[in-house]
Amino acid sequence: MNSPSLRLFTFAAPSRFYRLAGWMVPWFWAATLVLSVAGLYIGFFVAPTDATQGDAYRIIFIHVPAAWMSMLLYLVMAFWAGIGWAFNARLASMVARAIAPTGAMFTFLALWTGAIWGKPTWGAWWVWDARLTSELILLFLYLGYIALVNAIDDVRRADQAGALLALVGSINVPIIYFSVKWWNTLHQGATISMTAAPKMATTMLTAMLLMTFAFWAYAFAVVFTRTRAIVVEREAHADWVTELTRGKMHP
Amino acid sequence: MRDLFLAVLLRDLKLASRRRIDSLLPVVFFIVALSLFPLGVGPEPQMLRDIAPGIVWVCALLASMLSVGSLFAGDLADGSLEQLLLAPQPAIAVAAAKSAAHWLLTGLPLIVATPLVGLLFGMSGPALLALVAGLLLGTPILSLLGALGAALTLGLRSGGMLLILIVLPLTMPALIFGAGAVGNIEAGLDAGGHFSLLGALLLATALGAPPATAAALRISTE
Repeated sequence: MNSPSLRLFTFAAPSRFYRLAGWMVPWFWAATLVLSVAGLYIGFFVAPTDATQGDAYRIIFIHVPAAWMSMLLYLVMAFWAGIGWAFNARLASMVARAIAPTGAMFTFLALWTGAIWGKPTWGAWWVWDARLTSELILLFLYLGYIALVNAIDDVRRADQAGALLALVGSINVPIIYFSVKWWNTLHQGATISMTAAPKMATTMLTAMLLMTFAFWAYAFAVVFTRTRAIVVEREAHADWVTELTRGKMHP
Repeated sequence: MRDLFLAVLLRDLKLASRRRIDSLLPVVFFIVALSLFPLGVGPEPQMLRDIAPGIVWVCALLASMLSVGSLFAGDLADGSLEQLLLAPQPAIAVAAAKSAAHWLLTGLPLIVATPLVGLLFGMSGPALLALVAGLLLGTPILSLLGALGAALTLGLRSGGMLLILIVLPLTMPALIFGAGAVGNIEAGLDAGGHFSLLGALLLATALGAPPATAAALRISTE
């Protein structure tokens, strides 16, 4: 590691990534803990009660960051899957596969918290609003990716097929969003508009940003942990993994 | 490239003409599935008229997805798919020809059967015309995307269900605009926008799906 050539691709080697990620994961967990405690405290105790929605709106501090993460993670997943496919970079494909379950979890969390929020404010668990519907379709896209890569036994084929699907999906996400939006406005006229949100108090914004960073840290921690597991699984034949496990067995 | 396209297309049509019952199955499925809806939701004419465009589209989607799974299966089993991909012409021609064959064998019969189904559901003439026009623009999209899904899931254990899971989210825009056009006509509005968007989707899919399908075939047969 003392070699002077610390270049862009230094940590693309699974063995180096394994060590670096192992060192970083506890820090990301610590950041998750600190940020989410701070964000939830400000969100639940400091931020003022909303004039129209009462305290029910406070789920926004989980709902909105989860929705942001769900969309961002799909793009990040498609990006790394594409890099892995185009440049035959093993680690990038492993990262893409490690991101998928976390992305699906955030999508589900956004839908679930949205339903909990919708019940007191709209009087319904679910409305076929454009954002809700496209978020649901995003969940289907995640599930399709996960199902496809798990159905293919050959690792190389699974990575490449998953990359193609993720890229096609990411091209389709805006098309789906706009078609659902037009469908909704054409069908039902104006339903509850979530775009015209009232101006937010600074404390609310602070809490939301803290929660967003907490979710980022959580995503890094979980994705790196999962990638480490995939690395060890796929590189099981490599010398460094053999040494690693031997070290574990005979301390 | 055009030679390969025509050769594959004509070969698929000839194969289908030797198995007539097999190639009739999608349209039979389409009609049987549609006739379940009145039994399920009740024979009230106004309601049937209201739901007709949507369920015709959904059944056309399902008929396409169920039939597209076997698009490359026979060629994979007898090794001709690998030979086709080894040919000096680009694999895009194979992908496009296969999608076109699927549309001619599945999409077109569904469209021919649609007026009959429309009468069963008591649809008005203009609405029926809009439905058929929408299906003409929309079913090629289903065949193109279905071919991509079939190429990705080639030879997998749970191929059929998996194909439906990965392709259905991608086909939702076509469903929205196809069924929406009929809704607009029935409401006395202009449906030009819907048809334009459906046409734009068709062009984008026709340009984007065959290269993706060709890439997926290469991945799956490597």
